[in-house]
Amino acid sequence: MTAGVETHRAIETVWRMESARLIAGLTRLVRDVGQAEELAQDALVIALEQWPRDGVPDNPGAWLMATAKHRAIDQLRRRTNHERKLQEIGRDHSDRLDPDWDDDLDDQIGDDLLRLIFMACHPILSTEARVALTLRLLGGLATDEIARAFLVPEPTVAQRIVRAKRTLAEKQVPFELPPPADLSERLASVLEVIYLVYNEGYAATAGDDWMRPTLCTEALRLGRILAGLAPTEPEVHGLVALMEIQASRTAARTDADGNPVLLLDQDRSTWDRLLIRRGLEALTKAEELGGLLGPYTLQAAIAACHARAATPEDTDWERIATLYQILAQISPSPIVELNRAVAVGMASGPAAGLERLDKLMDERVLQGYHLLPAVRGDLLAKLGRADEARVEFERAAELTRNARERAIFLARASELTA
Amino acid sequence: MRYLVLLRGTNPPTPPPAELMEGIMKLGEEATKAGALLDTAGLQPSVNGARVALTGGQLSVTDGPFTEAKELISYAIYEVRSKEEAVEWANRFVKLHRDLWEGWEGEADVLKIFGPEDFAGPPA
Repeated sequence: MTAGVETHRAIETVWRMESARLIAGLTRLVRDVGQAEELAQDALVIALEQWPRDGVPDNPGAWLMATAKHRAIDQLRRRTNHERKLQEIGRDHSDRLDPDWDDDLDDQIGDDLLRLIFMACHPILSTEARVALTLRLLGGLATDEIARAFLVPEPTVAQRIVRAKRTLAEKQVPFELPPPADLSERLASVLEVIYLVYNEGYAATAGDDWMRPTLCTEALRLGRILAGLAPTEPEVHGLVALMEIQASRTAARTDADGNPVLLLDQDRSTWDRLLIRRGLEALTKAEELGGLLGPYTLQAAIAACHARAATPEDTDWERIATLYQILAQISPSPIVELNRAVAVGMASGPAAGLERLDKLMDERVLQGYHLLPAVRGDLLAKLGRADEARVEFERAAELTRNARERAIFLARASELTA
Repeated sequence: MRYLVLLRGTNPPTPPPAELMEGIMKLGEEATKAGALLDTAGLQPSVNGARVALTGGQLSVTDGPFTEAKELISYAIYEVRSKEEAVEWANRFVKLHRDLWEGWEGEADVLKIFGPEDFAGPPA
């Protein structure tokens, strides 16, 4: 590898590691996230010119920040001069050229990143725009990477990002943390974006485009950063715990042929103990912070019940059923009720599970949802009602859009015929 | 993708300066907050360990110390997006030793841990 290529790799790496902090710090300076991103990229271009010649500096992040900051101040001066020439002296720009910047900028990095996260996830933007902007500004992902991960054309993503930045500027969304009264609502939007990114990657299996699994890693990274920035928010730790524990099962979720393996059939020896430990630690933090458990912490607590059990038989199903009951109260949904029915079926027997499940049969959102007949089929099979169970599995096979799942349901249906 | 970084070195006769320990703590905190550092720990000298070996069909267990030019000092597991990123974290760690502990010499091995990405199909 030539020195030039190596330097370029080093620069790319530094960009991935430092761009979010750079953009966050610069947004604080120029109050415009689009301009901040441009300044950060300008600094990167200067690095591309200078580093191959002079070598990569010892502290590349600080170098980039100093370079970008100088350009920002130059630009502001030029603009101020220009405006002065246009006899707009009446408008006071002194607050925008505060000499204290240099001193406090570096101390504020953590807060700046947090502000940037809240800005990128502002409810004024559409969900798609929030996701794209977050991955771009905080993940340092290129537009084509985001496009590939979400299976949309690159111009669409580019448009979303451009429009999102314009909206933030036009609506003058301030670069600040939301007021305490709005904090939990706004935090919910941030957590939602991160979990959306995670699920987009998690739903993909190993055989898919490699960009999608990396979305999981990216979401986890964003979650961990957020936990470092907002350590007193229990739901942040709850979401991180949920993602760590779910990620611990990655290797076990598909078999050698790429077929999905259901949770209870997974080879638990391939679960990642390091991620489980990290997940359980994050869950403990969330629980210790007290207050009412939020939906992410509750889901993490449920995931933890599975993670703690050495075998499926060891699973504390009663605890899971209780946790679903609480989850159903704070964040009611037919899906939660469906899962609750499964847990009740395991804790108190298939008859009790079926009783809960049959209350859901008329739920509109669940019509056409393949897991409803699948679960019902499973409970009926356990009760020895083979003929009814077979009909349910056949219906589940009909409803699923996933070919591999269909094969599993049909296999179960044919077992019942025998 | 995940990397294991093994730090191996020869400690000078002087004890590690407090600034170094502080620097290591700060770097560890930074890497944790960046979502990159998953796990790290210091390793005791091999005198407190053992080696299990299989040679010519014979299993043997030998208590430490083993004669090594350099002692394993610590390990760290990073979750990063490229090898270069893992190397950069390891670099920062070794630089701290250069800057804060006169006479220290050592090396950090950056080893890729097999992950799901190693079994995925080629990029579409």
